[in-house]
Amino acid sequence: MDFELMISSFPKLLNAAIVTLKLLSVSLIIGLFIGLLFAILRLNKNVFVNKFAYGYSYLFRGTPLLVQIFIIYFGLGQIEYLRSTFLWVILKEPYWCAIIAFALNTGAYTSEILRSAFQTIKPGIIEAGKSLGISNKIIFYKIQIPIAIRQSLPAYGNEIILMMKGTSLASTVTLMDLTGVAKYIISTTFRPVEVFIVAGGIYLFMTFVIHNLIKFLEKKYSFNS
Amino acid sequence: MELLAFGDTGWGDELFYATLMTIAVAITAMIIGFFFAIIFTPLKLSKNKFLNLIANSYTTVIRGVPELLVIYLFFFGGSAAIMFVASIFGYGEYIEINAFMTGAFSIGIISGAYSTEVFRGAIQSIDKGQFEAANVLGLSKFGKFFKIILPQTLRLALPNLSNVWQITLKDTSLISVTGLVEIMRQSYVAAGSTRDPLFFYSFAAVLYLLLTFLSMKLINRLEAKYSRGY
Repeated sequence: MDFELMISSFPKLLNAAIVTLKLLSVSLIIGLFIGLLFAILRLNKNVFVNKFAYGYSYLFRGTPLLVQIFIIYFGLGQIEYLRSTFLWVILKEPYWCAIIAFALNTGAYTSEILRSAFQTIKPGIIEAGKSLGISNKIIFYKIQIPIAIRQSLPAYGNEIILMMKGTSLASTVTLMDLTGVAKYIISTTFRPVEVFIVAGGIYLFMTFVIHNLIKFLEKKYSFNS
Repeated sequence: MELLAFGDTGWGDELFYATLMTIAVAITAMIIGFFFAIIFTPLKLSKNKFLNLIANSYTTVIRGVPELLVIYLFFFGGSAAIMFVASIFGYGEYIEINAFMTGAFSIGIISGAYSTEVFRGAIQSIDKGQFEAANVLGLSKFGKFFKIILPQTLRLALPNLSNVWQITLKDTSLISVTGLVEIMRQSYVAAGSTRDPLFFYSFAAVLYLLLTFLSMKLINRLEAKYSRGY
Protein backbone atom coordinates (compact mmCIF):
# COMPACT_ATOMS: atom_id res chain seq x y z
CA MET A 1 0.00 0.00 0.00
CA ASP A 2 1.37 3.35 -1.05
CA PHE A 3 -0.29 5.70 1.41
CA GLU A 4 1.70 8.69 0.23
CA LEU A 5 0.23 8.33 -3.25
CA MET A 6 -3.24 8.03 -1.77
CA ILE A 7 -2.80 11.26 0.17
CA SER A 8 -1.16 13.15 -2.69
CA SER A 9 -3.78 12.11 -5.25
CA PHE A 10 -6.72 12.91 -2.98
CA PRO A 11 -6.88 16.69 -3.74
CA LYS A 12 -6.52 16.05 -7.48
CA LEU A 13 -9.34 13.53 -7.42
CA LEU A 14 -11.47 15.80 -5.26
CA ASN A 15 -11.09 18.57 -7.84
CA ALA A 16 -12.08 16.13 -10.56
CA ALA A 17 -15.14 15.15 -8.53
CA ILE A 18 -16.35 18.74 -8.98
CA VAL A 19 -16.28 18.20 -12.76
CA THR A 20 -18.28 14.99 -12.24
CA LEU A 21 -20.85 16.82 -10.10
CA LYS A 22 -21.16 19.62 -12.65
CA LEU A 23 -21.74 17.15 -15.49
CA LEU A 24 -24.24 15.29 -13.33
CA SER A 25 -26.27 18.28 -12.19
CA VAL A 26 -26.49 19.98 -15.59
CA SER A 27 -27.52 16.79 -17.38
CA LEU A 28 -30.02 15.87 -14.66
CA ILE A 29 -31.74 19.26 -14.89
CA ILE A 30 -32.00 19.11 -18.70
CA GLY A 31 -32.91 15.41 -18.51
CA LEU A 32 -35.74 16.07 -16.06
CA PHE A 33 -37.39 18.48 -18.51
CA ILE A 34 -36.91 16.04 -21.40
CA GLY A 35 -38.26 13.23 -19.24
CA LEU A 36 -41.34 15.18 -18.18
CA LEU A 37 -42.04 16.23 -21.77
CA PHE A 38 -41.78 12.68 -23.10
CA ALA A 39 -43.77 11.22 -20.21
CA ILE A 40 -46.61 13.59 -21.12
CA LEU A 41 -46.24 12.65 -24.80
CA ARG A 42 -46.44 8.97 -23.83
CA LEU A 43 -49.81 9.59 -22.18
CA ASN A 44 -51.11 11.34 -25.29
CA LYS A 45 -53.94 9.49 -27.01
CA ASN A 46 -52.59 10.25 -30.49
CA VAL A 47 -50.94 7.01 -31.63
CA PHE A 48 -48.27 8.78 -33.64
CA VAL A 49 -47.15 11.03 -30.75
CA ASN A 50 -47.33 8.09 -28.40
CA LYS A 51 -45.19 5.83 -30.62
CA PHE A 52 -42.67 8.61 -31.17
CA ALA A 53 -42.15 9.02 -27.42
CA TYR A 54 -41.93 5.25 -26.97
CA GLY A 55 -39.37 5.01 -29.79
CA TYR A 56 -37.21 7.66 -28.15
CA SER A 57 -37.15 5.90 -24.81
CA TYR A 58 -36.63 2.49 -26.44
CA LEU A 59 -33.71 3.76 -28.51
CA PHE A 60 -31.89 5.37 -25.60
CA ARG A 61 -32.56 2.58 -23.12
CA GLY A 62 -31.66 -0.18 -25.54
CA THR A 63 -28.21 1.07 -26.51
CA PRO A 64 -25.15 1.63 -24.33
CA LEU A 65 -24.45 5.19 -23.19
CA LEU A 66 -20.97 4.91 -24.72
CA VAL A 67 -22.45 4.49 -28.21
CA GLN A 68 -24.64 7.53 -27.67
CA ILE A 69 -21.71 9.70 -26.62
CA PHE A 70 -19.62 8.51 -29.57
CA ILE A 71 -22.40 9.17 -32.08
CA ILE A 72 -22.85 12.70 -30.77
CA TYR A 73 -19.17 13.54 -30.29
CA PHE A 74 -17.53 11.77 -33.27
CA GLY A 75 -20.54 11.22 -35.52
CA LEU A 76 -22.39 14.52 -35.67
CA GLY A 77 -19.25 16.47 -36.56
CA GLN A 78 -19.20 14.57 -39.81
CA ILE A 79 -22.35 16.24 -41.12
CA GLU A 80 -21.14 19.18 -43.19
CA TYR A 81 -24.35 21.11 -42.77
CA LEU A 82 -24.09 21.09 -38.96
CA ARG A 83 -20.62 22.56 -39.13
CA SER A 84 -21.97 25.72 -40.74
CA THR A 85 -24.73 26.31 -38.19
CA PHE A 86 -24.50 27.82 -34.73
CA LEU A 87 -24.95 24.31 -33.29
CA TRP A 88 -21.34 23.63 -34.14
CA VAL A 89 -20.23 25.98 -31.37
CA ILE A 90 -21.80 23.52 -28.94
CA LEU A 91 -21.06 20.27 -30.75
CA LYS A 92 -17.34 20.82 -31.09
CA GLU A 93 -16.96 20.95 -27.32
CA PRO A 94 -16.61 17.50 -25.72
CA TYR A 95 -18.14 18.95 -22.54
CA TRP A 96 -21.43 19.84 -24.23
CA CYS A 97 -21.48 16.65 -26.30
CA ALA A 98 -21.21 14.64 -23.11
CA ILE A 99 -23.97 16.68 -21.49
CA ILE A 100 -26.27 16.26 -24.51
CA ALA A 101 -25.72 12.50 -24.46
CA PHE A 102 -26.23 12.25 -20.69
CA ALA A 103 -29.33 14.46 -20.75
CA LEU A 104 -30.95 12.50 -23.59
CA ASN A 105 -30.09 9.22 -21.85
CA THR A 106 -31.36 10.16 -18.41
CA GLY A 107 -34.35 11.83 -20.10
CA ALA A 108 -35.37 8.48 -21.58
CA TYR A 109 -35.18 6.69 -18.22
CA THR A 110 -36.87 9.59 -16.41
CA SER A 111 -39.74 9.57 -18.90
CA GLU A 112 -40.38 5.90 -18.11
CA ILE A 113 -40.26 6.56 -14.37
CA LEU A 114 -42.65 9.52 -14.61
CA ARG A 115 -44.98 7.73 -17.03
CA SER A 116 -45.48 4.83 -14.66
CA ALA A 117 -45.96 7.31 -11.81
CA PHE A 118 -48.68 9.13 -13.78
CA GLN A 119 -50.38 5.84 -14.51
CA THR A 120 -50.45 4.76 -10.88
CA ILE A 121 -52.28 7.89 -9.74
CA LYS A 122 -55.66 6.73 -8.49
CA PRO A 123 -58.49 7.90 -10.78
CA GLY A 124 -60.41 8.91 -7.66
CA ILE A 125 -57.98 11.74 -7.01
CA ILE A 126 -58.53 13.22 -10.48
CA GLU A 127 -62.29 12.69 -10.16
CA ALA A 128 -62.24 14.46 -6.81
CA GLY A 129 -60.56 17.42 -8.48
CA LYS A 130 -63.13 17.42 -11.27
CA SER A 131 -66.05 17.28 -8.87
CA LEU A 132 -64.63 20.33 -7.11
CA GLY A 133 -64.89 22.11 -10.46
CA ILE A 134 -61.16 22.48 -11.02
CA SER A 135 -60.18 22.79 -14.68
CA ASN A 136 -58.29 19.94 -16.35
CA LYS A 137 -55.20 22.10 -16.75
CA ILE A 138 -55.03 22.96 -13.07
CA ILE A 139 -55.71 19.33 -12.13
CA PHE A 140 -52.75 18.33 -14.27
CA TYR A 141 -50.32 20.94 -12.94
CA LYS A 142 -51.45 21.15 -9.33
CA ILE A 143 -52.53 17.58 -8.65
CA GLN A 144 -51.14 15.08 -11.13
CA ILE A 145 -47.60 16.43 -11.52
CA PRO A 146 -46.87 16.85 -7.77
CA ILE A 147 -48.23 13.37 -7.00
CA ALA A 148 -46.29 11.83 -9.89
CA ILE A 149 -43.07 13.47 -8.72
CA ARG A 150 -43.58 12.17 -5.20
CA GLN A 151 -44.41 8.68 -6.48
CA SER A 152 -41.31 8.53 -8.64
CA LEU A 153 -38.84 9.76 -5.98
CA PRO A 154 -37.40 6.33 -5.04
CA ALA A 155 -36.96 5.26 -8.67
CA TYR A 156 -35.58 8.66 -9.59
CA GLY A 157 -33.06 8.40 -6.76
CA ASN A 158 -31.74 5.22 -8.36
CA GLU A 159 -31.60 6.98 -11.69
CA ILE A 160 -29.50 9.81 -10.21
CA ILE A 161 -27.00 7.28 -8.87
CA LEU A 162 -26.92 5.41 -12.20
CA MET A 163 -26.37 8.71 -13.98
CA MET A 164 -23.57 9.65 -11.60
CA LYS A 165 -21.85 6.42 -12.58
CA GLY A 166 -22.67 7.19 -16.20
CA THR A 167 -20.78 10.49 -16.10
CA SER A 168 -17.59 8.43 -15.81
CA LEU A 169 -17.93 7.85 -19.57
CA ALA A 170 -17.12 11.51 -20.12
CA SER A 171 -13.51 10.43 -19.65
CA THR A 172 -13.70 8.61 -23.00
CA VAL A 173 -14.17 11.92 -24.81
CA THR A 174 -11.12 13.57 -23.22
CA LEU A 175 -12.94 15.15 -20.26
CA MET A 176 -11.03 14.96 -17.00
CA ASP A 177 -13.75 13.94 -14.59
CA LEU A 178 -13.17 11.80 -11.49
CA THR A 179 -12.72 8.59 -13.51
CA GLY A 180 -10.60 10.37 -16.15
CA VAL A 181 -8.17 11.70 -13.54
CA ALA A 182 -8.15 8.35 -11.73
CA LYS A 183 -7.24 6.58 -14.96
CA TYR A 184 -4.50 9.14 -15.64
CA ILE A 185 -2.98 8.64 -12.18
CA ILE A 186 -3.23 4.84 -12.51
CA SER A 187 -1.54 4.81 -15.91
CA THR A 188 1.32 7.04 -14.73
CA THR A 189 1.97 5.39 -11.36
CA PHE A 190 0.73 1.80 -11.99
CA ARG A 191 -0.93 1.80 -8.60
CA PRO A 192 -4.51 0.77 -9.51
CA VAL A 193 -5.59 -0.43 -6.07
CA GLU A 194 -4.64 2.73 -4.17
CA VAL A 195 -6.23 5.04 -6.73
CA PHE A 196 -9.32 2.85 -6.90
CA ILE A 197 -9.75 3.07 -3.14
CA VAL A 198 -9.54 6.88 -3.13
CA ALA A 199 -11.62 7.51 -6.27
CA GLY A 200 -14.11 4.78 -5.37
CA GLY A 201 -14.37 6.24 -1.88
CA ILE A 202 -15.29 9.64 -3.31
CA TYR A 203 -17.91 8.04 -5.58
CA LEU A 204 -19.33 6.07 -2.65
CA PHE A 205 -19.51 9.21 -0.57
CA MET A 206 -21.48 10.95 -3.32
CA THR A 207 -23.77 7.92 -3.64
CA PHE A 208 -24.29 8.00 0.12
CA VAL A 209 -25.21 11.72 0.10
CA ILE A 210 -27.61 11.34 -2.85
CA HIS A 211 -29.21 8.27 -1.29
CA ASN A 212 -29.86 10.05 2.00
CA LEU A 213 -31.06 13.22 0.30
CA ILE A 214 -33.70 11.24 -1.58
CA LYS A 215 -34.66 9.41 1.60
CA PHE A 216 -35.09 12.74 3.35
CA LEU A 217 -37.25 14.08 0.51
CA GLU A 218 -39.32 10.90 0.51
CA LYS A 219 -40.01 11.34 4.22
CA LYS A 220 -40.73 15.03 3.89
CA TYR A 221 -43.26 14.54 1.11
CA SER A 222 -44.74 11.28 2.31
CA PHE A 223 -48.53 11.03 2.16
CA ASN A 224 -49.20 9.50 5.54
CA SER A 225 -47.29 11.76 7.86
CA MET B 1 -23.75 -0.65 -48.02
CA GLU B 2 -20.28 -1.26 -49.47
CA LEU B 3 -18.88 -0.49 -46.05
CA LEU B 4 -20.66 -3.50 -44.63
CA ALA B 5 -19.55 -5.97 -47.32
CA PHE B 6 -18.18 -9.28 -46.10
CA GLY B 7 -14.59 -10.05 -47.07
CA ASP B 8 -11.63 -7.74 -47.51
CA THR B 9 -13.50 -4.78 -48.92
CA GLY B 10 -15.97 -4.14 -46.15
CA TRP B 11 -16.47 -4.38 -42.41
CA GLY B 12 -19.39 -6.81 -42.43
CA ASP B 13 -17.54 -9.92 -41.32
CA GLU B 14 -15.45 -8.03 -38.75
CA LEU B 15 -18.58 -6.55 -37.20
CA PHE B 16 -20.27 -9.94 -37.27
CA TYR B 17 -17.45 -11.54 -35.29
CA ALA B 18 -17.37 -8.52 -32.98
CA THR B 19 -21.08 -9.07 -32.27
CA LEU B 20 -20.38 -12.71 -31.43
CA MET B 21 -17.62 -11.49 -29.10
CA THR B 22 -20.03 -9.11 -27.36
CA ILE B 23 -22.49 -11.96 -26.85
CA ALA B 24 -19.71 -14.26 -25.59
CA VAL B 25 -18.44 -11.66 -23.09
CA ALA B 26 -21.96 -10.87 -21.88
CA ILE B 27 -22.86 -14.53 -21.34
CA THR B 28 -19.54 -15.30 -19.61
CA ALA B 29 -19.94 -12.24 -17.40
CA MET B 30 -23.50 -13.21 -16.54
CA ILE B 31 -22.35 -16.73 -15.53
CA ILE B 32 -19.47 -15.33 -13.45
CA GLY B 33 -22.05 -12.99 -11.90
CA PHE B 34 -24.22 -15.97 -10.97
CA PHE B 35 -21.27 -17.56 -9.19
CA PHE B 36 -20.81 -14.38 -7.17
CA ALA B 37 -24.54 -14.29 -6.47
CA ILE B 38 -24.50 -17.93 -5.29
CA ILE B 39 -21.74 -17.02 -2.83
CA PHE B 40 -23.07 -13.67 -1.64
CA THR B 41 -26.86 -14.21 -1.50
CA PRO B 42 -26.61 -16.70 1.41
CA LEU B 43 -24.21 -14.30 3.15
CA LYS B 44 -26.76 -11.50 2.75
CA LEU B 45 -29.55 -13.62 4.18
CA SER B 46 -27.38 -15.04 6.96
CA LYS B 47 -28.07 -14.04 10.55
CA ASN B 48 -24.36 -13.57 11.19
CA LYS B 49 -23.62 -9.82 11.29
CA PHE B 50 -20.06 -10.23 10.01
CA LEU B 51 -21.09 -12.25 6.94
CA ASN B 52 -23.80 -9.68 6.31
CA LEU B 53 -21.23 -6.92 6.39
CA ILE B 54 -19.03 -8.67 3.82
CA ALA B 55 -21.93 -9.23 1.40
CA ASN B 56 -23.30 -5.72 1.91
CA SER B 57 -19.96 -4.08 1.27
CA TYR B 58 -19.59 -6.07 -1.95
CA THR B 59 -22.96 -5.01 -3.34
CA THR B 60 -22.73 -1.43 -2.06
CA VAL B 61 -19.23 -0.76 -3.37
CA ILE B 62 -19.82 -2.33 -6.78
CA ARG B 63 -23.18 -0.66 -7.29
CA GLY B 64 -21.92 2.72 -6.07
CA VAL B 65 -18.75 2.95 -8.15
CA PRO B 66 -18.72 3.50 -11.94
CA GLU B 67 -18.28 0.38 -14.07
CA LEU B 68 -15.42 2.03 -15.92
CA LEU B 69 -13.43 2.48 -12.69
CA VAL B 70 -13.90 -1.22 -11.84
CA ILE B 71 -12.71 -2.17 -15.33
CA TYR B 72 -9.62 0.04 -14.97
CA LEU B 73 -8.87 -1.60 -11.60
CA PHE B 74 -8.82 -5.07 -13.16
CA PHE B 75 -7.26 -3.96 -16.41
CA PHE B 76 -4.29 -2.34 -14.71
CA GLY B 77 -4.25 -4.43 -11.55
CA GLY B 78 -5.42 -7.82 -12.76
CA SER B 79 -2.16 -9.37 -13.89
CA ALA B 80 -0.27 -7.84 -10.96
CA ALA B 81 -2.73 -9.48 -8.55
CA ILE B 82 -2.46 -12.85 -10.27
CA MET B 83 1.34 -12.61 -10.36
CA PHE B 84 1.31 -11.85 -6.64
CA VAL B 85 -0.76 -14.96 -5.94
CA ALA B 86 1.48 -17.02 -8.25
CA SER B 87 4.62 -15.73 -6.50
CA ILE B 88 3.29 -17.14 -3.21
CA PHE B 89 3.29 -20.53 -4.89
CA GLY B 90 6.82 -19.94 -6.13
CA TYR B 91 6.08 -18.91 -9.70
CA GLY B 92 8.00 -15.74 -10.49
CA GLU B 93 7.53 -15.26 -14.23
CA TYR B 94 5.40 -12.61 -15.90
CA ILE B 95 1.79 -13.64 -16.38
CA GLU B 96 -0.47 -11.83 -18.77
CA ILE B 97 -4.20 -12.41 -18.65
CA ASN B 98 -6.02 -11.76 -21.86
CA ALA B 99 -8.48 -8.96 -22.46
CA PHE B 100 -11.40 -11.37 -22.66
CA MET B 101 -10.89 -12.71 -19.15
CA THR B 102 -10.22 -9.26 -17.67
CA GLY B 103 -13.35 -7.92 -19.32
CA ALA B 104 -15.62 -10.83 -18.53
CA PHE B 105 -14.40 -10.91 -14.94
CA SER B 106 -14.85 -7.20 -14.26
CA ILE B 107 -18.29 -7.09 -15.89
CA GLY B 108 -19.08 -10.36 -14.08
CA ILE B 109 -18.29 -8.86 -10.68
CA ILE B 110 -20.59 -5.94 -11.47
CA SER B 111 -23.33 -8.19 -12.81
CA GLY B 112 -22.95 -10.40 -9.72
CA ALA B 113 -23.70 -7.50 -7.38
CA TYR B 114 -26.99 -6.82 -9.17
CA SER B 115 -27.85 -10.54 -9.36
CA THR B 116 -27.20 -10.90 -5.62
CA GLU B 117 -29.73 -8.17 -4.89
CA VAL B 118 -32.25 -9.77 -7.23
CA PHE B 119 -31.93 -13.22 -5.64
CA ARG B 120 -32.05 -11.78 -2.14
CA GLY B 121 -35.25 -9.94 -2.98
CA ALA B 122 -36.78 -13.00 -4.63
CA ILE B 123 -36.00 -15.34 -1.72
CA GLN B 124 -37.27 -12.80 0.80
CA SER B 125 -40.54 -12.40 -1.05
CA ILE B 126 -41.32 -16.12 -0.93
CA ASP B 127 -44.17 -16.75 1.47
CA LYS B 128 -43.07 -17.90 4.92
CA GLY B 129 -45.62 -20.69 4.72
CA GLN B 130 -43.58 -22.34 1.98
CA PHE B 131 -40.59 -22.70 4.30
CA GLU B 132 -42.81 -23.95 7.10
CA ALA B 133 -44.63 -26.42 4.85
CA ALA B 134 -41.28 -27.79 3.65
CA ASN B 135 -40.23 -28.23 7.27
CA VAL B 136 -43.47 -29.96 8.13
CA LEU B 137 -42.97 -32.37 5.23
CA GLY B 138 -39.67 -33.31 6.80
CA LEU B 139 -37.60 -32.42 3.75
CA SER B 140 -33.84 -32.23 4.17
CA LYS B 141 -32.12 -28.84 3.96
CA PHE B 142 -31.06 -29.51 0.37
CA GLY B 143 -34.40 -30.94 -0.65
CA LYS B 144 -36.11 -27.92 0.83
CA PHE B 145 -33.91 -25.52 -1.08
CA PHE B 146 -33.76 -27.27 -4.46
CA LYS B 147 -37.33 -28.60 -4.64
CA ILE B 148 -39.32 -25.86 -2.94
CA ILE B 149 -37.45 -22.57 -2.67
CA LEU B 150 -35.28 -22.44 -5.80
CA PRO B 151 -38.02 -23.09 -8.41
CA GLN B 152 -40.13 -20.32 -6.91
CA THR B 153 -37.15 -18.02 -6.59
CA LEU B 154 -36.38 -18.42 -10.28
CA ARG B 155 -39.90 -17.44 -11.26
CA LEU B 156 -39.83 -14.35 -9.08
CA ALA B 157 -36.28 -13.42 -10.06
CA LEU B 158 -36.62 -13.77 -13.83
CA PRO B 159 -38.10 -10.34 -14.65
CA ASN B 160 -35.39 -8.61 -12.61
CA LEU B 161 -32.68 -10.91 -13.93
CA SER B 162 -33.69 -9.85 -17.42
CA ASN B 163 -32.91 -6.27 -16.35
CA VAL B 164 -29.53 -7.44 -15.05
CA TRP B 165 -28.90 -9.11 -18.40
CA GLN B 166 -29.70 -5.87 -20.26
CA ILE B 167 -27.34 -3.93 -17.98
CA THR B 168 -24.62 -6.56 -18.43
CA LEU B 169 -25.05 -6.56 -22.21
CA LYS B 170 -24.72 -2.78 -22.37
CA ASP B 171 -21.80 -2.76 -19.92
CA THR B 172 -19.77 -4.95 -22.28
CA SER B 173 -19.37 -1.87 -24.50
CA LEU B 174 -17.09 -0.44 -21.79
CA ILE B 175 -14.61 -3.29 -22.21
CA SER B 176 -13.62 -1.68 -25.51
CA VAL B 177 -11.27 0.53 -23.44
CA THR B 178 -9.14 -2.55 -22.76
CA GLY B 179 -8.76 -3.27 -26.47
CA LEU B 180 -10.96 -6.36 -26.65
CA VAL B 181 -12.47 -6.42 -30.14
CA GLU B 182 -16.20 -6.36 -29.50
CA ILE B 183 -18.85 -4.22 -31.23
CA MET B 184 -17.68 -0.89 -29.82
CA ARG B 185 -13.97 -1.49 -30.41
CA GLN B 186 -14.54 -2.78 -33.94
CA SER B 187 -16.72 0.24 -34.76
CA TYR B 188 -14.01 2.51 -33.38
CA VAL B 189 -11.43 0.88 -35.64
CA ALA B 190 -13.74 0.94 -38.66
CA ALA B 191 -14.74 4.55 -38.00
CA GLY B 192 -11.09 5.53 -37.76
CA SER B 193 -9.99 3.90 -40.97
CA THR B 194 -12.97 4.92 -43.11
CA ARG B 195 -13.49 8.33 -41.48
CA ASP B 196 -17.16 7.58 -41.23
CA PRO B 197 -17.87 7.52 -37.48
CA LEU B 198 -21.53 8.52 -37.84
CA PHE B 199 -22.32 5.44 -39.91
CA PHE B 200 -20.36 2.94 -37.84
CA TYR B 201 -21.47 4.13 -34.41
CA SER B 202 -25.08 4.27 -35.61
CA PHE B 203 -24.66 0.74 -36.92
CA ALA B 204 -23.23 -0.29 -33.54
CA ALA B 205 -26.33 1.20 -31.92
CA VAL B 206 -28.50 -0.86 -34.26
CA LEU B 207 -26.57 -4.02 -33.35
CA TYR B 208 -27.06 -3.37 -29.63
CA LEU B 209 -30.77 -2.66 -30.19
CA LEU B 210 -31.04 -5.94 -32.07
CA LEU B 211 -29.33 -7.81 -29.24
CA THR B 212 -31.52 -6.26 -26.54
CA PHE B 213 -34.65 -6.84 -28.65
CA LEU B 214 -33.86 -10.50 -29.34
CA SER B 215 -32.92 -11.24 -25.75
CA MET B 216 -36.15 -9.61 -24.57
CA LYS B 217 -38.13 -11.97 -26.83
CA LEU B 218 -36.22 -14.96 -25.49
CA ILE B 219 -36.63 -13.93 -21.86
CA ASN B 220 -40.36 -13.36 -22.31
CA ARG B 221 -40.68 -16.97 -23.46
CA LEU B 222 -38.70 -18.16 -20.45
CA GLU B 223 -40.92 -16.12 -18.16
CA ALA B 224 -44.01 -17.67 -19.70
CA LYS B 225 -42.48 -21.10 -19.15
CA TYR B 226 -41.67 -20.53 -15.49
CA SER B 227 -45.01 -18.88 -14.77
CA ARG B 228 -47.07 -21.78 -16.01
CA GLY B 229 -49.42 -22.86 -13.31
CA TYR B 230 -49.93 -19.31 -12.04
